[in-house]
Amino acid sequence: MAATEQTIKQVNTLGNSDYKYGFSTELDEIRPPKGLNENIIKFISAQKDEPEWMLDWRLNAFKVFNKLPKPEWAKLNIPEIDYQDCYYYSIPKSLKDKPKSLDEIDPEIIKTYEKLGIPLKEQKMLSGIAVDAVFDSVSVATTYKKQLSDLGIVFCSISEAVKTHPDLVKKYLGSVIPVSDHSFAALNSAVFTDGSFIYIPEGVRCPVELSTYFRINAMNTGQFERTLIIADKDSYVSYLEGCTAPMRDENQLHAANVELVALDNAEIKYSTVQNWYPGDKEGKGGIYNFVTKRGACRGKNSKISWTQVETGSAITWKYPSCILQGDNSKGEFYSVAITNNMQQADTGTKMIHIGKNTSSKIISKGISAGKANNTYRGLVNILSKAKNARNFTQCDSLLIGNKCGAHTVPYIESSNSDSMVEHEATTSKINEDQLFYCQQRGLNSEDAVGLIVNGFCKEVLQHLPMEFAVEAQKLVAISLEGSVG
Amino acid sequence: MLEIKNLHVSIEEKKIIKGLNLSINKGEVHALMGPNGSGKSTLSYVLSGKDKYEIDDGTIEYNEKNLLDLDVDERANEGLFLAFQYPMEIPGVQTSFFLKTAINSKRKYLGQSEMDALEFAKLMKLKAEELNINTEMLKRDLNVNYSGGEKKKQEILQMSMLSPKMAILDETDSGLDIDALRIVSEGVNKLRSNENSFLVITHYQRLLNYIKPDFVHIIADGRIVKSGDYSLALELEEKGYEEISKSA
Repeated sequence: MAATEQTIKQVNTLGNSDYKYGFSTELDEIRPPKGLNENIIKFISAQKDEPEWMLDWRLNAFKVFNKLPKPEWAKLNIPEIDYQDCYYYSIPKSLKDKPKSLDEIDPEIIKTYEKLGIPLKEQKMLSGIAVDAVFDSVSVATTYKKQLSDLGIVFCSISEAVKTHPDLVKKYLGSVIPVSDHSFAALNSAVFTDGSFIYIPEGVRCPVELSTYFRINAMNTGQFERTLIIADKDSYVSYLEGCTAPMRDENQLHAANVELVALDNAEIKYSTVQNWYPGDKEGKGGIYNFVTKRGACRGKNSKISWTQVETGSAITWKYPSCILQGDNSKGEFYSVAITNNMQQADTGTKMIHIGKNTSSKIISKGISAGKANNTYRGLVNILSKAKNARNFTQCDSLLIGNKCGAHTVPYIESSNSDSMVEHEATTSKINEDQLFYCQQRGLNSEDAVGLIVNGFCKEVLQHLPMEFAVEAQKLVAISLEGSVG
Repeated sequence: MLEIKNLHVSIEEKKIIKGLNLSINKGEVHALMGPNGSGKSTLSYVLSGKDKYEIDDGTIEYNEKNLLDLDVDERANEGLFLAFQYPMEIPGVQTSFFLKTAINSKRKYLGQSEMDALEFAKLMKLKAEELNINTEMLKRDLNVNYSGGEKKKQEILQMSMLSPKMAILDETDSGLDIDALRIVSEGVNKLRSNENSFLVITHYQRLLNYIKPDFVHIIADGRIVKSGDYSLALELEEKGYEEISKSA
């Protein structure tokens, strides 16, 4: 069965349970004690067999973290996080000596990914997607490695890249998100466990979608993903990440840093389908998703495009941004954020225009149901040298029911008179006559809501790679189950 | 097929339908005519199950089932179709996709397998051609930026693809020019058979020149005040509602 088909089938089988990925896998794990201190950081670094410069970098970040307050700007109710009551590293014992091929991976882990609809066996990878799978703190497997390396493309876990491509990592790690950016960024820099590393050499157009699947399995474990993507001159890459976690009563922490660098004429397309466990209907449990994603369009004519579908997590705090340094560079942000029940999301983007003729486009669709709160927060900043900069922003909010909230907080700062900034915003309630019309044609109320909401999100979903657009559409419908009627 | 007995309906405490009786057999076409505010559209919404309408008294039997026990989508999937007076716009949803979803909802309800893409495309092409609908139109978002006539034709296309047992046309003729009226009527006439029934709600006799009903009913103040055959429609056109209602 093709991976796509399997994924779709996987999604179809859900329906009844509210969160379909809520299972956990029984595995022996290696975990240092709870808590955050220099020894834990040294432990993580030693487990990964890291060179000294990497450990020093982490320790420095930890010092910075200790000095920084928690970011407070978001319209979120974030409970006090006890950083000492969390595990910072967990790997299944069977992965301690990193498996050399897929055959050496614990069958339980393979089974977990199969349940998720993510086949790791290369012979099943018919859909042309290379997958890197991160299980708790370690990368499990990267498929298609050989084919990619023939093109000079590096696609591996960041831990591996630290050893195999230290020059690139040293040059670019932290160059887009400085360690001192804010406390979550510093925390991630200190304790990051794994994530993907991609380097596309000059002139290469990556022929397959590169994809990472993140899974938090172990209890009380934070996941600190670190991803670094570098697209060298005249190159192109499309990358997709997916995320799930088991259902657990306690909250779990996910603080990721993702850095993208696009050089002259390069293009990076980064898509996310985030479906971390959102907690139950009363708001118990769920993932705290504090993510810093930032892309630098360093080269002229470069382009970075973020597409995100955010349906999970108890709290989402996330602003994928573009720094448009190169002349004529382009930044795009397409977002669907769905909150249901007690979920909270504060998400948006920053577009920093530095180079001449830079342009950016922001399309944000927020859907709120149950008692959820959904905020779009965006900054368009046009600096004085950014002659002829252009921005177009469109923020639409859709409310389902009368206990939820939608908020739009756009900041626009322009320091030159040649620039043009457009902003459109709408807020609407799902229309009962539309629902009635769909139901009169035989759709049940949930399918009707799914259909209408998918229509509302179409402008964003159509930017996802084909295979994932289908999955995302089903996810949109599933995450709103029980929101009407 | 449909048996309405002593129906009383109110909305927000206001009585709209006050003791309506109507019986429609398989294969029959009934026209319901009446002035504004007489309860015509209310009847179509009550039959299709729109909420906010309070059924104060009476029964509605449909195909040996208690219609009032069924949800909106169940009624639809049991073959009851309402052609809307004001079809809804659904941005971002392609018309053809909507049609396919509707067909497959019904098939799922009936325990049948989904219609595959090819079979669907063939059916859609065939039905669209019958109604003189350019299939390019079906690639657009459902009813978005459709003209009044296009919307109504599209309703009839949906009807023809879903082939209902009981179709209610709620003022389908309003806002149609003469050509569109003819096409829409032809669509309805093609569907007529011994197996299905129609309730055609209209203000004007004009539509009934094209869709010849077996029975004509005149509704006034929430009640059917007079019933007859096609000649009643002609009489109505001549005398007007007021006189007919008075003489009833």
